[in-house]
Amino acid sequence: MSEPIALYIHWPFCLAKCPYCDFNSHVRETLPQARFAAALRRELAHEAARLGRRPLGSIFFGGGTPSLMDPQTVADLIADARALFDPLPDLEITLEANPTSVEADKLAAFRQAGVNRVSLGIQALEDDALRLLGRQHSSTQAISALETARGIFERISFDLIYARPHQTMAAWQAELNRALDLVADHLSLYQLTIEPGTRFERLHRQGLIALPEPDLGAALYDATGDIAARHGLIGYEVSNYARPGAESRHNLTYWRYGEYVGIGPGAHGRVRREGLLHATRRHRAPEPWAERVERFGTGETEATVLTSEERAREALLMGLRLREGIDADRFRDMTDRTLSESLDADTVEAAIEAGYLVHWTHGNRAGIAATDEGRLRLDALLGALVL
Amino acid sequence: MTATPLSLIRNFSIIAHIDHGKSTLADRLIQACGALTAREMKAQVLDSMELEQERGITIKAQTVRLTYPAKDGNTYVLNLMDTPGHVDFAYEVSRSLAACEGSLLVVDASQGVEAQTLANVYQAIDANHEIVPVLNKVDLPAAEPERVRAQIEEVIGIPADDAVEISAKTGLNIPAVLEALVTRLPAPKGDENAPLQALLVDSWYDPYLGVIILVRIMNGRLRRGDKIRMMQMGSVYHVDQVGVFLPKMTPVDDLGPGEMGYINAAIKTVADCNVGDTITLDRAPAPQALAGFKPSIPVVWCGLFPVDADDFEKLRDSLGKLRLNDASFHFEAETSAALGFGFRCGFLGLLHLEIIQERLSREFDLDLIATAPSVVYKMHLTDGTEEMLHNPADMPDIAKIESIEEPWIRATIMVQDDYLGSVLTLCSERRGVQLDLTYVGNRAMAVYKLPLNEVVFDFYDRLKSLTRGYASFDYQMDDYEESDLVKISILVNQEPVDALAFVAHRSVAEKRGRSICAKLKELIPRQLFKIAIQAAIGSRVIARETLGAMSKDVTAKCYGGDISRKRKLLEKQKEGKKRMRQFGKVEIPQSAFLAALKMD
Repeated sequence: MSEPIALYIHWPFCLAKCPYCDFNSHVRETLPQARFAAALRRELAHEAARLGRRPLGSIFFGGGTPSLMDPQTVADLIADARALFDPLPDLEITLEANPTSVEADKLAAFRQAGVNRVSLGIQALEDDALRLLGRQHSSTQAISALETARGIFERISFDLIYARPHQTMAAWQAELNRALDLVADHLSLYQLTIEPGTRFERLHRQGLIALPEPDLGAALYDATGDIAARHGLIGYEVSNYARPGAESRHNLTYWRYGEYVGIGPGAHGRVRREGLLHATRRHRAPEPWAERVERFGTGETEATVLTSEERAREALLMGLRLREGIDADRFRDMTDRTLSESLDADTVEAAIEAGYLVHWTHGNRAGIAATDEGRLRLDALLGALVL
Repeated sequence: MTATPLSLIRNFSIIAHIDHGKSTLADRLIQACGALTAREMKAQVLDSMELEQERGITIKAQTVRLTYPAKDGNTYVLNLMDTPGHVDFAYEVSRSLAACEGSLLVVDASQGVEAQTLANVYQAIDANHEIVPVLNKVDLPAAEPERVRAQIEEVIGIPADDAVEISAKTGLNIPAVLEALVTRLPAPKGDENAPLQALLVDSWYDPYLGVIILVRIMNGRLRRGDKIRMMQMGSVYHVDQVGVFLPKMTPVDDLGPGEMGYINAAIKTVADCNVGDTITLDRAPAPQALAGFKPSIPVVWCGLFPVDADDFEKLRDSLGKLRLNDASFHFEAETSAALGFGFRCGFLGLLHLEIIQERLSREFDLDLIATAPSVVYKMHLTDGTEEMLHNPADMPDIAKIESIEEPWIRATIMVQDDYLGSVLTLCSERRGVQLDLTYVGNRAMAVYKLPLNEVVFDFYDRLKSLTRGYASFDYQMDDYEESDLVKISILVNQEPVDALAFVAHRSVAEKRGRSICAKLKELIPRQLFKIAIQAAIGSRVIARETLGAMSKDVTAKCYGGDISRKRKLLEKQKEGKKRMRQFGKVEIPQSAFLAALKMD
């Protein structure tokens, strides 16, 4: 396979844990910058040696809060990756940043380090909502960080969380319109979900926070798509909107079930080793991960060969999130089975009739895709579709 | 223990409505005769099952032998037979009554006579009992002994002038009750030298001793070591132990005419001991059995299914254990497309059904789904054969049915005048035919002939709510009559759900069908696709609801780190679905079944 791979680098530290977040993030009094910089570089080298020289399509610094990283570490990791792999000429390098003033001040340094796309965790433009979400910034700071970023990066994305407790349709429409006026080429718009193990889960169980009813949730989702489209951003994935051509190439790799390497605590990967696709995972806890890297060169704790059936399920659950859907030939190459072998024929037929699924053809390519209506009910649809 | 002369024995039972104080009076009598010390005396000694004490009803007959030194200077043996107090056990009650010569009729001095009292007292009169009315709770401010005395005379038709006025709670006038038993009840009759005839009154399973049989000796003598024969069953047993209840089980050498006691004869299950059977000696059998034996026949049936399919064997074991103690309930394995493996169970009535269900969950810790209770229909088929239908799902094709008969009951309802109108409306809605309507003061007594099918549906609950709990209700089985009955199938997404099928009269079929469809629409979660919920008679749809498609279930993020978790979730979801009750593509959660099957 000559498809380029994607590289994910996980920085596990945050200034505070947000009550809705179930990502692998940790709070430390002082950040062990040097130790983790060295460990990440070492693990990257170790993984690259194992994979051999492969075309590299994207790098993504995620977290945690990677904008807390020393820009020099970012620069070193980018340089290493460029040297260890064959970077594509238009290598996409994204870094997630929080819009506090401190981090905004570092944006230029990150650009200098080689980052060419920034994703800002703005989450809301209402101060009440930012407090509820436990964020460290105000809406004013968020807007000013966005303005700073605009002067530095050509490609900017930011996140918003909606369908928050008590949020009305009108309030969200106003907030989203304001956000779109701030100009970005890409938005990630997530409905608030209650994740296991988070503080919100406890509050939700106690009845202290309530999510909107499914009907309102659906209406908010529909309105979101409409408003984004009016501003020229197309929902190309369940919760991602972009101007055509500005899609996150890195994330598309996940959804298209391409190969990706995951470096850093808790990072997952899907990498082909000796011709077999492996699901890999690093130790979740930061210090034990670092210790392993220091001793063995890698913090990897799991590497499982995925069966054809598992690959088919993963390719389906990711691919149907995309507006473009799944390419039948590519699916067969990835999973060693055909789409029709992987799907319940009766459900496919009923889902097409109900307007949840479509078969598509482009020239000599053909495949299947979920419609807007289908993507809205994807969990149930997958449950019925997938064999 | 030497045999007690017949003239010094009195056998009696106590007839009362629930809560009118039967058990409390029994306790007082036991206490007054010194059978138990105060320390041993727990409230309500006789109702030993936890459930009996809680519900204030007696499920198994029990007995206690009391020794009473009367004013005439003689010491009498008083055998108190505590009878089951509910219509479901009418036959068991009649056998208990047949073992006694008289009854105490306990009536709450403020509440007066209730429907259930009436049925039992008529049974006692049928058994030729001498009846001593006892007015209980006369110490309460609301007591109206004069009015209740008049009511007894008017409604029941027995003299109540010398009714004993007591308070079982405070112990007021208990000696007068004992004295009345001795002076007013006849002594038993019997011939010690005749061949043994002992009436099998009840039997139960004791985990240590095996089956214990409660008997009343009519003629002859029963000794430890005897070889006995059950005249109906034909089986023969060796008697290991003979004894009496004081109320503790106390062995004696023998039992003579007029006496009550127990036998322990290494019998494995109570199913071998039919209530009403006659026990005689194997070597010198009586020429004739005692009159009145009837095998018990279940009249109400329902399916019981474990919520967790893995509990099927446990359910089978538990039903077997319950049957050790209650031969009147039947069960056979049943398979439902909707609910999996379970049992079709037959009961003597609704209360019996409820008791068994409750014991299964309480004593055996089983989570059960019970299908709607149904009655036994008599099907006349076009090929000339006859079939008893226990399960609506098994109803033959309409074309094969010549006619259907359903069981009717004769119901007695007593209710305050204010509520009479709504009670009469309810009865006629339920296809009732009025047989009688009389007034006693401001209470009316309505006698109706009703199809049992309409009563098992939700009659009790409706009656209770229409009369704020004031109506009292009792019934006895009547006969079978031809009726225009149809089977209503419930279809979810075009698939019939067998567990929800039911039989109803054609005139109410549409209404019932609509109501269950509407209920299911609320209970089944919205699915990926729009689905139809229909009620149908044969292929004709009589009611329909449409359940809209779910509006949304995903917008959560999903990136590279989420794939494994999402896939495992999907796999778990598929695994869980295998256990979900599936119809076509529709998932009906268990909770929906429970609620849909619950009568309201």
